[in-house]
Amino acid sequence: MNKKTLLATALLALGGFSGAALADLPVAIAGPMTGQYASAGDQIRKGAEMAIADINARGGVLGQKLKLEIGDDACDPKQAVSVANTMVNKGIVFMHGHWCSSSTIPASEVYVDADILVATVSTNPQVTERGLPNVFRIMGRDDQQGLVSGGYIADHFKDKKVAVVDDKSAYGKGLADEMAKAMTAKGLKPTLREAVTAGEKDYSGLIGKLKQAGVEVMAYGGYHTEVALILRQAQAAGLKLTVMGGDTMTNAELVTAAGPAADNVLFTFSPDARKNPDAAPVVEKFRAAKVEPEGYVLYAYAAMQLFEQVATAAKSTRYADLEKTMRAGTFKTVIGDLSFGPKGDLAVPGFVVYRWQGGQYDYAR
Amino acid sequence: MAYALQQLINGLTLGAMYGLIAIGYTMVYGIIGMINFAHGDIFMVSAFIAVTAFTLLAAADVSSIPLALTFVLIVSIFFTSAYGWAVERTAYRPLRGSTRLAPLISAIGMSIFLQNAVQLTQGARVKPIPPVIEGGIVLWDTPAFTVQIGWSQLLIIVTTVTLMAAFTWMITQTPFGRQQRSCEQDRTMAALLGVNVDRTISLTFMLGAALAAVAGVMVTVYYGVVDFFIGFLVGIKAFTAAVLGGIGSLPGAMLGGLLIGLIESFWAAYLWAEYKDVATFGILCLVLMLRPSGLLGRPEVEKV
Repeated sequence: MNKKTLLATALLALGGFSGAALADLPVAIAGPMTGQYASAGDQIRKGAEMAIADINARGGVLGQKLKLEIGDDACDPKQAVSVANTMVNKGIVFMHGHWCSSSTIPASEVYVDADILVATVSTNPQVTERGLPNVFRIMGRDDQQGLVSGGYIADHFKDKKVAVVDDKSAYGKGLADEMAKAMTAKGLKPTLREAVTAGEKDYSGLIGKLKQAGVEVMAYGGYHTEVALILRQAQAAGLKLTVMGGDTMTNAELVTAAGPAADNVLFTFSPDARKNPDAAPVVEKFRAAKVEPEGYVLYAYAAMQLFEQVATAAKSTRYADLEKTMRAGTFKTVIGDLSFGPKGDLAVPGFVVYRWQGGQYDYAR
Repeated sequence: MAYALQQLINGLTLGAMYGLIAIGYTMVYGIIGMINFAHGDIFMVSAFIAVTAFTLLAAADVSSIPLALTFVLIVSIFFTSAYGWAVERTAYRPLRGSTRLAPLISAIGMSIFLQNAVQLTQGARVKPIPPVIEGGIVLWDTPAFTVQIGWSQLLIIVTTVTLMAAFTWMITQTPFGRQQRSCEQDRTMAALLGVNVDRTISLTFMLGAALAAVAGVMVTVYYGVVDFFIGFLVGIKAFTAAVLGGIGSLPGAMLGGLLIGLIESFWAAYLWAEYKDVATFGILCLVLMLRPSGLLGRPEVEKV
């Protein structure tokens, strides 16, 4: 090694060292920042960035500024694990993520070994059913979600034929199974039970089959991208279809891609945080920054608020203290008061049925 | 019966699109003996060019559909052929004459490059266009089921048939077709007899890309939604179609495409839709076991 490189290395090392001495507190988000569900990742990032700017403006957490690390798993379970390893390496103390259940499940195994607190919006029951002490869920579960949407279908479409379709993903199949179970329990048996391949473009085969069976309502477990294509192609084929989906249908991309065919899509989601009076100033702030706080934006904001309050109450950022405080308290966030049950699920989860109409969604009546 | 007819129409539309792309695979294999794995992504690029062209037209307030379609087709074919040419020139020609595996790896690299370039420059979100061609004809109205063929489906089938006829004529009757067939049989001999081999290969790539561009425009019109990942699955299916029909054979590629479209749509219609891809590739394995060179392929004769 010649002198110049030696000097440069020394300077670099020094720089790294002084950086560590003044370190900010690293917290992270992870989700599909690229790939076909990137618009959800975008919502999470915007929510988290705003929350961290606000928290740092208030002086940070325990006198330390927060620093946001962003992980991109593209909803690929393999990539999720490598993102998790990177985040552990960066020494994060809190993770809001991942987004896809199929990513959260393997990634959380990495976080539990590294003693990192996780607050996720993934809805597959298995996320909290595995008994990991570090995983908390700030949204409801698919079995609760399916109960609400399946019940709604049984109540409102009693005399119609209903098909239950999923996209074979952990999230999609789980939700579809729960919807079918809830419908059957209320006395409406699904006429068809089908599955599609996510990422395909042609659904004419499925649509023909639905048309042949006289199906008017489709309960769908999966993501909005496939629903948009199915709706568009159903409309072209002259099939009038009412779709009931899960929380992923909050994405406005559904309307961009499906156009007017997206009208009357029903879905379940937590009560609209934008309607929560306590959230009004934050909602205002997002709109002033030209970000519509839809879907997961306020959830990401709430996750960071949650960490701020837990760490402040625990007077520490050590994992054991954080976890203990998290289980014991009730925390006031923009999505409402959060407290957690023994498994890490929300104590009072709520799901409401919404309907898309003219590019907006609102409570379905 | 009406239901089966509807699924036949759906299958033919899908198959016609696979066939158009499969020709690109089969022609390139025929002439230089490599699988151009970037071909599916060339198709994806063409769909993006079509979306851009449609958006431009909408901004310019062009409302005549035939005029708009012609313009988009020309623009997409032009730029996509340029892509096809550039890919061959940069990724494959420098490797000609090296080992058989080198251009194959280079093709996979090109595929990843194109996918990521489009994702970064165009964004990962889906790009929708408003429906261009709406409505269709009701062919058969039974009380139980209404058979419909959309104008866009009709357009796809008619365009494919016309293009195939034009293509067959070009390969069998024109001087370029003769040159191409001679390169396919023996490149050295063709060069000795005064055929410009490099030019012929370049043109072959451009023609394959042009057909993929037609498929790209059709997909954009028919489905209305494109994203950077559409080339992958369609590319694999079209490649399968080319192998099923007998790689290197033009009618084989078309037949393979139609067969795969029909298998997919009938399997999804009468059996379990979730096992559709399993069925497609299962049938491919069966055909290859019984006829290793595909349905219409000729067994390769080893030249000594």
